Amino acid sequence: MLVFLTRRLLQIIPTLILVSMLIFGLQQLLPGDPALIMAGEERDPQVLQQIREQYRLNEPIPVQYFYWMKGVLAGNLGESMRLKASVASLVAEKLPVTLQLAGMALLIAICIGIPAGIISAVKKETWWDYAANLFALWGLSTPNFWLGILMIFLFSVTLGWLPASGYVRLSEDWKMSLATTIMPAFVLGNALAAVLMRHTRSAMLQAMGADYVRTARAKGLAEGRVVLKHALRNAMTPVITLLALDFGTLLSGAVLTEQIFTIPGFGKLIVDSVFNRDYAVVQGVVLVTATVYITLNLLADIAYVLVNPRLRG
Amino acid sequence: MSMTLATEENPWARGWRRLRRRKGAMAALFVVVFLIAAALLAPWIAPYDPTQTSFTQVRKAPSWLHWFGTDEVGRDVLSRVLFGARASLSAGLVSVGIAVGAGVPLGLLAGYAGGWVDTVLSRVVDAMLAIPFLILAITLAAFLGPSLGNAMIAIGVTSTPVFIRLTRGQTLGAKVEDYVEAARAVGNPHWRIALRHVLPNIVPPLLVQASLAIAGAIIAEAALSFLGLGQQPPAPSWGSMLNSAQRFLAQAPWMAFWPGFAIFFAVLSFNLLGDGLRDALDPRHK
Repeated sequence: MLVFLTRRLLQIIPTLILVSMLIFGLQQLLPGDPALIMAGEERDPQVLQQIREQYRLNEPIPVQYFYWMKGVLAGNLGESMRLKASVASLVAEKLPVTLQLAGMALLIAICIGIPAGIISAVKKETWWDYAANLFALWGLSTPNFWLGILMIFLFSVTLGWLPASGYVRLSEDWKMSLATTIMPAFVLGNALAAVLMRHTRSAMLQAMGADYVRTARAKGLAEGRVVLKHALRNAMTPVITLLALDFGTLLSGAVLTEQIFTIPGFGKLIVDSVFNRDYAVVQGVVLVTATVYITLNLLADIAYVLVNPRLRG
Repeated sequence: MSMTLATEENPWARGWRRLRRRKGAMAALFVVVFLIAAALLAPWIAPYDPTQTSFTQVRKAPSWLHWFGTDEVGRDVLSRVLFGARASLSAGLVSVGIAVGAGVPLGLLAGYAGGWVDTVLSRVVDAMLAIPFLILAITLAAFLGPSLGNAMIAIGVTSTPVFIRLTRGQTLGAKVEDYVEAARAVGNPHWRIALRHVLPNIVPPLLVQASLAIAGAIIAEAALSFLGLGQQPPAPSWGSMLNSAQRFLAQAPWMAFWPGFAIFFAVLSFNLLGDGLRDALDPRHK
């Protein structure tokens, strides 16, 4: 186990370094003088000079990277030109909003996707199965920004049940907080539910064909008990680790969902920074996202080994 | 060898025969052909000029004159959806073309050469896959500057690592097969083994992945255009139509309905086609 952990930890270091190089390298794609672009509307030569010095734009690129990385490792992700705040503080402010949204979406996805997957596997090749598969296809093919717009039209414009946009913190007023986030969470969870349904279905089909399920049936256990206690428990292991990988889908989806429902989270921060040419924020946010994603993958791998005694070796 | 070939059905013919039996996949293929025809024929079949504004026809509900209604400056929504198919489908095809064109050779190289080449390429793939798809595409498009061409490049580059990884994995599997061993034994050069013996045998999974990747690329292009990073106005694209529709939801819901429906249909078709191809081309799947 210790060997596995060390090896796996060592493996993510080159990945993280490459991610940081990639994100830093994006700057080189900007056409023209980066100082001029980073300054945005500002044309004051003194400000430009300050930017050049701050980002060491007159030095060779590897040197620039070295200083940027040194800052990152010390927890300094740069400054937002527009908001005059540190990227780290912006991330700390916006991340909880997106985490609430992602958590609710995950809950919705689990509540829909896993039962749908179980039913379609147990009732393989019946109408239940076809309906669940159709649902999965719908979930995978609906652009979430379209679904969001349709839901606003139905529940806000036509029925007037839910607010169309805005966000209230959970700590301020939990009822309003849920009202403002339930639609975006559903939109976000919809696609993930489809993915989860497919994972659960194939894992369940595999488990249902396994020897231990046959043994359980031969012992005369009730079918419901066989499905839920014996098959499901074993089928869930790969599904749970795959959930960690799907976290990226949630973050990608949050970008558009937050845009549509004007929720001031992580995704909106990226889009706003893109439009205001606040490149330091874009770089910082992408770096944080990638680091979180890599860490989640690592945890999923460890969890997989922990619950799978055969892999522990 | 030639005798067994003569009696055995060509794998492509078998794949096609099996694909034809799948109603969902065939319906999807039909929709794909229909969408491509609509995109190609848009100038002839669209009832109006997609950029022609009219102040007397602002936000009119669907009618015989304008089947899908008109938008906030009086442009015909049907004509814009038809022309928008050009942006979406070409973005799907071009960006996946970029991803296949870059990803397959690199994957072959990594899988066939192995060693440090493989290690370096695999780490780069890991790094790229560590950034969520749409976030990487948005970031690339933002740094390149907003235009349909740059959106295609951004989506293409973002889709590349999946093809590198898939090709690499398939190449590793094919490399140890007897036919590759035989090709090596008779003294074929490496490039010839990779291109003539390994590549043709790994095409089926690549084709499946390409179909699913086109679906993903169409959604990504619509997303980028929705955010203003793709097709620039007044040229129509489904994503940017949805963006302007959002402001007029209460007054003109048809503006939001049709372009979204078009995206849904295009993406659903490529997803279904991909699923059907996987079932039809997988030799283990009888």
